[in-house]
Amino acid sequence: MTRLDPVWTSLLYLAAAVFFILALRGLSSPRTARRGNLIGAFGALLAVVTVFLSARLDNIPWIIGAIAVGTAVAAPVARRVQMTQMPQLVALFNGVGGGAAALVALLELSHTADPWVRVAIVFTLLVGAVSFAGSGVTFAKLQELMTTRPVVFPGLPVVMAAVLLAAVGTAGAVVLTGSPALAVLLMVLGLAAGALLVLPVGGADVPIVISLLNAFTGLAVAASGVVLGNVLLVVAGTLVGASGSILTRAMAAAMGRSVAGILFGAFKGGSTAGSTAVSERPVRSSSAEDVAVLLGYAQRVIIVPGYGLAVAQGQHTAAELALALEARGIEVDFAIHPVAGRMPGHMNVLLAEANVPYESLKEMGEINSEFRMADVALVVGANDVVNPAAKTSSGSPIYGMPILEVADARQVIFLKRSMRPGFAGIENELLYEPQTSLLFGDAKDSLAKVLGAVKAL
Amino acid sequence: MDGMSLLTVTVLAVFVGFEVVSKVSSTLHTPLMSGANAIHGIILVGAIIVAGQAAEPWILAVALLAVVLATANLVGGFVVTDRMLHMFRARKDVASGGAPVQGAPLNQSTGKEDPK
Repeated sequence: MTRLDPVWTSLLYLAAAVFFILALRGLSSPRTARRGNLIGAFGALLAVVTVFLSARLDNIPWIIGAIAVGTAVAAPVARRVQMTQMPQLVALFNGVGGGAAALVALLELSHTADPWVRVAIVFTLLVGAVSFAGSGVTFAKLQELMTTRPVVFPGLPVVMAAVLLAAVGTAGAVVLTGSPALAVLLMVLGLAAGALLVLPVGGADVPIVISLLNAFTGLAVAASGVVLGNVLLVVAGTLVGASGSILTRAMAAAMGRSVAGILFGAFKGGSTAGSTAVSERPVRSSSAEDVAVLLGYAQRVIIVPGYGLAVAQGQHTAAELALALEARGIEVDFAIHPVAGRMPGHMNVLLAEANVPYESLKEMGEINSEFRMADVALVVGANDVVNPAAKTSSGSPIYGMPILEVADARQVIFLKRSMRPGFAGIENELLYEPQTSLLFGDAKDSLAKVLGAVKAL
Repeated sequence: MDGMSLLTVTVLAVFVGFEVVSKVSSTLHTPLMSGANAIHGIILVGAIIVAGQAAEPWILAVALLAVVLATANLVGGFVVTDRMLHMFRARKDVASGGAPVQGAPLNQSTGKEDPK
């Protein structure tokens, strides 16, 4: 097989890089997002075809087999995963990408004696391994394979510092000696650092960490491009690293937090550490029939959906309830907090899945002034995003996060599984206010009961 | 490519990366993160090159592992992003197909498709 001319190879890689830029730009606007993603996928396909046509490759059947295996594993999972579990799947895909970059760098070590290339190699190894292990811990937290609370132990900062120092020392030694054994050690230290970095992060902050690790993987890929002398990898990795950092900051800002505060907060004891303690204070609990009466004779209802709704797969029932209320002439809106669900924008995806029309989804800035006109605010499986502690108690871990002003509504109804605090692990004073009533149970069951009762009115 | 050109390309790519996502709305944070996540799956190109040069079995084995992981990142990333965005599109179809007036109430826009 004749190989592609180097000029053509470069041009095709350049085209792929341009497609990636167009993809990111397309993804930044709702109108062009889907096309943007397809453009990105096309760019990736073009790049993979180009490498087969241009590089001197042995083992082609093996490589194609490995691509088939990777596709056969990932595509069905990506197609079938519940939308509620999508954040952890993104974390997982991000982690394996980081792992792949680290392995590529490890194997390239024997091919070079250039100290600068070795610097790029140790960077890829370390950052790729951090991303792999960090994403793994993130996955475990989101999948609730482990506690979602910050894991801190005495001496954690010391251990972290020791690991980082050892990593820097080992990295230096790898650059000087090119020893593969030391490179493997460096990877292990990177894995430890990645795990230690994410363990102390509180559950509510996990999405921001996914975004940060995503940027890390981008940087690792860029560095691997330097190692291989491949401009496409440099450009694509740098694009993701840069846009990922901006995105991480934007997400953190939407939650009123700083990235440094999230990562190092737990070391200082200021992260979203919370208690699992169940409060004994009295609350007004209510029946589905009572809730139906409140809703059915209201004029304006605002539904505040949260992660609990998503977990219970209750978004379709919520959409039906909204329809039933509108059939009675009641004005219904959904108030979407920017971080409702477990990732920014997650709730929009879930409600779109349930065919709730775009016009009924109101963003926080738009709806907050309307709560005082609302007769009922129905909070379904949300907690932290409506917790007034974010405004009033400066010691609270969520202090400073903008919230939905449900307390302004005449009546507030919480559909909750239990009195357990939310993902951030802090109590919600609103639950004990006189205008608040609670209906305990699984969000979907409760909604179905309320729906039945509304129809019977 | 020499070091200086690589540096130039890298610095320019940083600014392009900042620029293209600077005005994204919070609604799209998740799909954008997921899409960017898919793009770094292009490490697959690097993994293919390394696997194609492997002469020893253990090197080939490690390189093929990298190919599998990178493919999972690339393919899975684009598929899951497309699924997320498909739901946004479905929502728009409902809005444009069922509701002639923008801002029409909920029962008009989906009532026909969902008789309940």
